[in-house]
Amino acid sequence: MIVTAFFYIFAAILVASAGMVVAARNPVHAVLFLILAFFNAAGLFLIAGAEFLAMILVIVYVGAVAVLFLFVVMMLDIRFDQMREGLQRYAPIGAAVGLVLFAELVATLAGLKIAPVEAAAPAASGLTNSAELGLVIYTRYIFLFQACGIVLLVAMIGAIVLTLRERVSSRKQDIAVQHARHPADTLVMADPVAGSGMDGQILRAPGWTPALDKPAPARLETTS
Amino acid sequence: MIAPGIGIGHYLTLSAILLTLGIFGIFMNRRNIIVIMMSIELILLAANINLIAFSAVLHEISGQVFVLFVLTVAAAEAAIGLAILMTYFRNRGSIQVEDVKLMKG
Repeated sequence: MIVTAFFYIFAAILVASAGMVVAARNPVHAVLFLILAFFNAAGLFLIAGAEFLAMILVIVYVGAVAVLFLFVVMMLDIRFDQMREGLQRYAPIGAAVGLVLFAELVATLAGLKIAPVEAAAPAASGLTNSAELGLVIYTRYIFLFQACGIVLLVAMIGAIVLTLRERVSSRKQDIAVQHARHPADTLVMADPVAGSGMDGQILRAPGWTPALDKPAPARLETTS
Repeated sequence: MIAPGIGIGHYLTLSAILLTLGIFGIFMNRRNIIVIMMSIELILLAANINLIAFSAVLHEISGQVFVLFVLTVAAAEAAIGLAILMTYFRNRGSIQVEDVKLMKG
């Protein structure tokens, strides 16, 4: 009985927050409602007995994906109110497509009959959900699991490659330039008379420029 | 029966509603690509709920493995999509979907 109540609570909040994701005026609110929707979906997963995936949903989605969305929404400097202008134009089409789709789904669900499989009852003994999943992931679905890893690796490298940009103003170490330096370019031997100093004059190596407005060192030309 | 009083139909109905909301969101926010991506996340969540419900009712763990896979792909998709979005915004200064017509000539 209490499980039923919890199912309806989670489902109601999930549907309401999904509707707010779609309808929210401010994208930051939309992301926050998305987080609420994921939390309630995790609750539904728990009711269905998938504890591990519920925790994964909370950790991966709420902890990473939703925060990524929030980060991007806040980082892009966009006037989001302009984006709501075409709303009235597209809402009827969207409502029509949504209604047709939902009617189809309801018609399908109404005629759905699940084959009685209660005979194949809980064969799993005292194993927890995570242990059960682990027994299958590392044996029968090992290639699928490794494909997951490859997908994540590709996503990581792709995101870095896409967003990394070479800043012109950055002064990072260039080993090749450092190795190409020659003492004659940078070092001037002076032989002042003893006791007279350099007469207030500063000797500069050829090609010296003040450090502040120096562009990123391309190559030091060698002066013979 | 997934839980006492909760059958597969409850979960399937819920995921149907979620899927419809996601598709409606794509049409409703035609201009804002961030909300479109959030709607795609909702659609994937609906698929996940279906897989979990069938996995629970059939006592078959494979459904949960596929949910794991869908979660991975969804996370990768969000990361790549948002990276493309950042790059596009940096180049063009706008993320309006209707402005994306460079290839139209």
